[in-house]
Amino acid sequence: MTEAVVHAHHGPDRRPGIIGWIARWLFTTNHKDIGTLYLVMSCFMFFVAGAMAMVIRAELWIPGLQIVNPHFFNQMTTLHGLIMVFGVIMPATVGFANWMVPMMIGAPDMALPRLNNLSFWILPFAFTLLTSTLFMKGGAPDFGWTFYAPLSSTYGPPSTDFFIFSVHMMGMSSILGSLNIIVTILNLRAPSMKMMKMPIFVWTWLITAFLLLAVMPILAGAVTMLLTDRHFGTSFFNAAGGGDPLLFQHIFWFFGHPEVYILILPAFGIVSEVVPTFSRKPLFGRNMMIYATICIAVLSFLVWAHHMFTTGITLSAELFFMYVTMLVAVPTGVKVFNWVSTMYKGSLTFETPMLFALAFIVLFTIGGFSGLMLAIAPADFQYQDTYFVVAHFHYVLVSGSLFALFTGVYYWYPKWTGRMYNEALGKWHFWLSLISMNVTFFPMHFLGLAGMPRRIPDYALQFADFNWIASLGAFVFGITQLIFVFNLIYSRYKGKQATMEVWEGSHGLEWTLPSPPPYHSFETPPEVK
Amino acid sequence: MSSTAGGYYVPKPSHWPIMACIALICLTTGAANWIHGNTIGPYLFSFGFLVLIFMKLGWFRTVINEGLNDTFNHQVELSFRWGMGWFIFSEVCFFSAFFGALFYTRAIVVPWLGGDYGTAASLHTNLVLWPNFHGVWPVMNPPGKSVFHGLTEAMSAWGIATINTAVLLTSGLTITWAHWAIVKSRRKQVVISMLITVALGIAFLALQSHEYWRAYNLQGLTLGSGIYGTTFFMLTGFHGLHVTIGTIMLIIITIRCMKGHFDKDHLFGFEAVSWYWHFVDVVWLLLFIFVYWM
Repeated sequence: MTEAVVHAHHGPDRRPGIIGWIARWLFTTNHKDIGTLYLVMSCFMFFVAGAMAMVIRAELWIPGLQIVNPHFFNQMTTLHGLIMVFGVIMPATVGFANWMVPMMIGAPDMALPRLNNLSFWILPFAFTLLTSTLFMKGGAPDFGWTFYAPLSSTYGPPSTDFFIFSVHMMGMSSILGSLNIIVTILNLRAPSMKMMKMPIFVWTWLITAFLLLAVMPILAGAVTMLLTDRHFGTSFFNAAGGGDPLLFQHIFWFFGHPEVYILILPAFGIVSEVVPTFSRKPLFGRNMMIYATICIAVLSFLVWAHHMFTTGITLSAELFFMYVTMLVAVPTGVKVFNWVSTMYKGSLTFETPMLFALAFIVLFTIGGFSGLMLAIAPADFQYQDTYFVVAHFHYVLVSGSLFALFTGVYYWYPKWTGRMYNEALGKWHFWLSLISMNVTFFPMHFLGLAGMPRRIPDYALQFADFNWIASLGAFVFGITQLIFVFNLIYSRYKGKQATMEVWEGSHGLEWTLPSPPPYHSFETPPEVK
Repeated sequence: MSSTAGGYYVPKPSHWPIMACIALICLTTGAANWIHGNTIGPYLFSFGFLVLIFMKLGWFRTVINEGLNDTFNHQVELSFRWGMGWFIFSEVCFFSAFFGALFYTRAIVVPWLGGDYGTAASLHTNLVLWPNFHGVWPVMNPPGKSVFHGLTEAMSAWGIATINTAVLLTSGLTITWAHWAIVKSRRKQVVISMLITVALGIAFLALQSHEYWRAYNLQGLTLGSGIYGTTFFMLTGFHGLHVTIGTIMLIIITIRCMKGHFDKDHLFGFEAVSWYWHFVDVVWLLLFIFVYWM
């Protein structure tokens, strides 16, 4: 096949020149184009928010105030968190859903392609609005990504209102995006693909989409209340009017806890696709995996107050939320057990995606265990608001969600582009990330247990050693990610041609399409064996 | 529109979504600037609103024309149905945040501030902060009266609210009548019943406006009168906003009925709006029970 024919087959009809190129990406209704847009944007935002993390770690390199003032430091922690959650992990998982769900269920595209375009293009506007707060009078939001009232209501800087509206926009994007994914999964499956035959990645996204539809409107409600409290005289979060600042925390975490599963469930899905491929065995306990995911989703609505143990909620509430939180460990344990059992007696090979998946399983489990420690209400009184919490959620988000995203990128990159990534560079990326990630975040456990509070630009002298170790790890981790980007760009042009199956043990409909797949994935419904 | 082989439908590239994004960014930055008293605020907001209207008209016209030209097969229509259903689900969740705030303040916060929650912490809160505050609902005199001015008369369930309940329930009946008439192809009845539904929607809004006017001018009940005014206006206000949007949708559907766009096999547009209207209806029933009555 000549180059020209390949392009005609894979690209859309578009006008020539730069205008045509811009119009193609602005107006696209194609799931692969939109998936690519999501992934590219989240990669870009990863470096934006990563740079903020570098500022934080540079300030914490040694005790005392060196580089930034405390007010700016607070803006960095706030925006780093907000962008990493809403601008990196979430859009990246939606990008994966866009690329993979239609291909995995045998559909030509997403169910509502125009809406799909809208849900992506809202995001660049929303994040421009959010980052523009850095240049406003009074600075960017400085109250942490959780924006607790009254820090954000009474004491928030003027830019808080711009932040509120940007959250509204992100929420709108997430709601429309997840609505589209849920409709696609329910309605566009190839006729012979029954629900229980769906790939695990599709299952996890079905449940994630449900969670998003349930809780993003609640976040919208929370920021709306914040806005009216700030400017229209309401007293939701003001005890003087008969409201309660704690109400904010209840509403926020009723959104926030399902939100953390929104960040991790698609990651579970990716790992559940990758481990069987490189073990050359079907996934162990496949149905149990689905039931466990549903279990986690249901429990996620009943555990929010474990973020609030020290706020003075009643003892009975603390006990309830402590026990329900611990219950989450059961379905999660089922998953870890199943991944390990899938590998048992498999013929394993260790390509980059498998390496990241293995690191995910081990390190996410560490994050899960520190989560169990935090779930114990009386112990949490010690851990609350310390670096132990920071260590915990970075283990589940960096070595959890982010590593799973790396897993997925390396795994499907040959399918997306038709070219193999560079294996040597991939391995460098993996080993450096693995080591530096642990050097960064493992000492934070000790810092937290020793009592170092989070979100501060300065600290007592006894914390100095662990802090410079963590900072060193962070810088290495940051630089290492450039290898990743270089690999993706380089291999796009110079990589070896990929075959249709790409991996020896690959399974599922996406591997029955050529690499790269045609512009409209399946024009006629495929047969599922 | 372009269709791929095998009966799947994939629309052509569209410029409406990016226009929606431009509308959104103008509306949001406009609103934020307006709140901050910047001159550009109202202009930006109004511009965004115009773009929004233009975008809505264009996007819906495209979809309606595609529908009239029989572009959509059964599967696409089913996608639209699922989509509308899940959209309403997310709306339910939005309201549940505000209902949750109402229940939480009524069941925990107000008794706690009044010292009646049954814990030592509650008692101390009352004694130390606001010993004169009585934790009863409706909160006529909020703890910090210098900031939140309180009210003289709370809302009664057995006045305008009762009439409005009757109005909305009746409109639920008339829209069902319209549905039945579409299926039976009785165009005249469709138009009459739709017009009555629209009229009832407008009547509801007029009555609620009157109620708000009374609240502000005669009862001292405003957004700033403490938690009672806060929950009352935010809940009924968002509901009223939904009734307004619903009424606009009903008007458009009525026009489409007059043009004969719907028959028993092609009525998704009508059904989507009627689902939305029933959703608004159910929210009102909950409001009537939990905000006005109990």
